[in-house]
Amino acid sequence: MTIAITPTQAPVAVDEDKCIAEKGCTVCVDVCPLDVLAIDLVKKKAFMQFDECWYCLPCETDCPTGAVQVSIPYLLR
Amino acid sequence: MKRIDLQYDLVVIGGGTGGPMAAVKAKERNPQLKVLLVDKANVKRSGAISMGMDGLNNAVIPGHATPEQYVKEITVANDGIVDQEAVMAYAAGSFDMIQELDRWGVKFEKDETGDYAVRKVHHLGSYVLPMPEGHHMKKILYRQLKRGRVEVTNRVVVTRVLTGADGAVNAVLGFDCRTADFYVIRCKAAVISTGAAGRIGLPASGYLMGTYENPTNCGDGHAMAYHAGADLANLECFQINPLIKDYNGPACAYVTGPFGGFTANSKGERFIECDYWSGQMMLEFHRELQSGNGPVFLKLDHLAEETIGEIEHILHTNERPSRGRFHEKRGNDYRSEMVEMHISEIGFCSGHSASGIHVNARGETSVKGLYAAGDCASVPHNYMLGAFVYGRLCGENAAEYCDGRNPLAVDEDAVEAERARIAAPLGRGDGLTPFQVEYKTRRLVNDYLQPPKITRKYEIALRRFDEIREDALQMSAANPHELMRAMEAHSILDCAEMAARASLFRTESRWGLYHHYVDFPERNDADWFCHSLLSKGADGAMSLRKKAVEPYIVAIDEQERTAYQRLRVAPSAAAA
Ligand SMILES: Cc1cc2nc3c(=O)[nH]c(=O)nc-3n(C[C@H](O)[C@H](O)[C@H](O)COP(=O)(O)OP(=O)(O)OC[C@H]3O[C@@H](n4cnc5c(N)ncnc54)[C@H](O)[C@@H]3O)c2cc1C
Ligand code: SF4
Ligand code: SF4
Repeated sequence: MTIAITPTQAPVAVDEDKCIAEKGCTVCVDVCPLDVLAIDLVKKKAFMQFDECWYCLPCETDCPTGAVQVSIPYLLR
Repeated sequence: MKRIDLQYDLVVIGGGTGGPMAAVKAKERNPQLKVLLVDKANVKRSGAISMGMDGLNNAVIPGHATPEQYVKEITVANDGIVDQEAVMAYAAGSFDMIQELDRWGVKFEKDETGDYAVRKVHHLGSYVLPMPEGHHMKKILYRQLKRGRVEVTNRVVVTRVLTGADGAVNAVLGFDCRTADFYVIRCKAAVISTGAAGRIGLPASGYLMGTYENPTNCGDGHAMAYHAGADLANLECFQINPLIKDYNGPACAYVTGPFGGFTANSKGERFIECDYWSGQMMLEFHRELQSGNGPVFLKLDHLAEETIGEIEHILHTNERPSRGRFHEKRGNDYRSEMVEMHISEIGFCSGHSASGIHVNARGETSVKGLYAAGDCASVPHNYMLGAFVYGRLCGENAAEYCDGRNPLAVDEDAVEAERARIAAPLGRGDGLTPFQVEYKTRRLVNDYLQPPKITRKYEIALRRFDEIREDALQMSAANPHELMRAMEAHSILDCAEMAARASLFRTESRWGLYHHYVDFPERNDADWFCHSLLSKGADGAMSLRKKAVEPYIVAIDEQERTAYQRLRVAPSAAAA
């Protein structure tokens, strides 16, 4: 059996103009308790890799440039 | 999978609330001790208090409450099934801990005279102390970890605690959720502080991580204690909370109660006298929903603008700060509309309820060298301050225990078996995804285990869980992150089965909705005034037994005994 991919809209958005991951920042990735954020190694920007969010906000609060915006996941919005 | 071998005296599993305190206090007791704090997340922002806390729910402060009064309150709220000595150990340590946190820089609300501004929310006494600036809790704890020179390893998911030939703890096993490296940490003692089992049931929204508890807390600690041979107590006493519908966060009658907010039915009427979370309160909530007077709401729209502003400031900046944006999106202003509430899915959490890894007043489990603190341990209604106080007790007692103990040889066969169990999903090219296995387990928990409890439904659930256990052996993980979810799915299955078996064991009803057993609707003190203990039997299956309630150290009189059973507002009062 194969594994199908079902896309979902990620509740966390990163403003790539503001994100300074290319300078070595990984703060949002470090603080997320669910470990769902990652740095895109090609773009050198943070992004939400897994839609498993507790809408708890450390990523948004601790980002030094205000690049992270958390929305309430659609299913419970 | 690379293998990493480490050696420490004490390993603290879980760096949320109780864990950091245990590690700091162990080092204070013996600065020579080698202590490792392991967390599957990052201790800077992990656990229930990741973003802070709105206040202390159970402060025992001289002048406002006495430890004896508190022990009475908790005994009564739990229908008498408590180890009073263990509750007293918390109550007696409560004020010292508040003062220590105050010295560390935690800001509690004080009145004009500098006294703590304690509020009344419980049925009998006053124990709620607001922390309007409670968002700095984790920073303060982190500073103490640095000061105490506690070593920290983040992003390692602990899966098992091993014991040696003498039955005592000698190693902790786990893996890195980013690299899948396998960790073998030899040690003399371990403290489990992995929080609640908050991912057993499925939120009504269907969103797996839309839980009340921080979803990192999925019951790993309960599962590892079980597999290490420890007793777990009163698991049939579920955690079920009155929450903001869909958001699944606290509606916060504790915060709003002292300001005049309350839980109301759809007519805006009060139907319970006391908003303190107890099984009886949840049963009244459930009855109100069944009666046709639902939905149930948090009512604030009668309050003055100034008061609502203050409430918003607290509720929208600490603890669950996304609450504000949730309401905003729906246009739900506290000023003009009540907030819809609902009954949460089930979980295990002694912080709010009463079940968990059995510990005595020293924080010791039934396994030598294994301690447990906080939401995962069995001391009822412990909340944040209880996690701190028991963190300290566990840290200090474990440090003493380590003295004079030599590490014993670790059973390499057991280590290899665990390595193979963890590695398996990574090696499978295809199979069920961890998401599917977790979703199905939790959906069935809702279908069959959510109270009211019915024997036939529970028996069906157990059959379905067995089938999923077979399926779970076919899980595949595409990366270390999914591997974490796969291992969590096993813990969730273990907890789901424990919830079912413990419930079937106690053939009576008790603790309001938490153990509302339709086949045995009455409370039966003659046969069931006792704890239940679940452990791994000799045959490897779950086994249950009764344990007598320890002799009371604080007497309860008849009038007090029934206080929590009289929560429903009398009809005439409700009409007023
Ligand atoms: C939304 C919410 C609001 C609350 N409000 C209040 C309040 O106002 N007042 C109050 O007194 N109490 C409140 N509580 C309760 C209080 O927060 C908890 O009782 C307390 O923080 C529990 O501490 P703990 O150490 O047991 O768990 P946590 O602080 O949750 O820590 C558990 C830690 O274990 C880690 N972990 C889990 N599994 C593993 C594993 N397998 N390997 C390694 N690490 C692992 C987690 O990452 C986490 O860091 C609230 C709880 C919640 C969820
Ligand atoms: S914390 Fe902010 S700046 Fe840093 S990586 Fe994340 S989004 Fe980019
Ligand atoms: S809101 Fe919380 S869970 Fe979601 S991405 Fe940010 S830190 Fe992670």
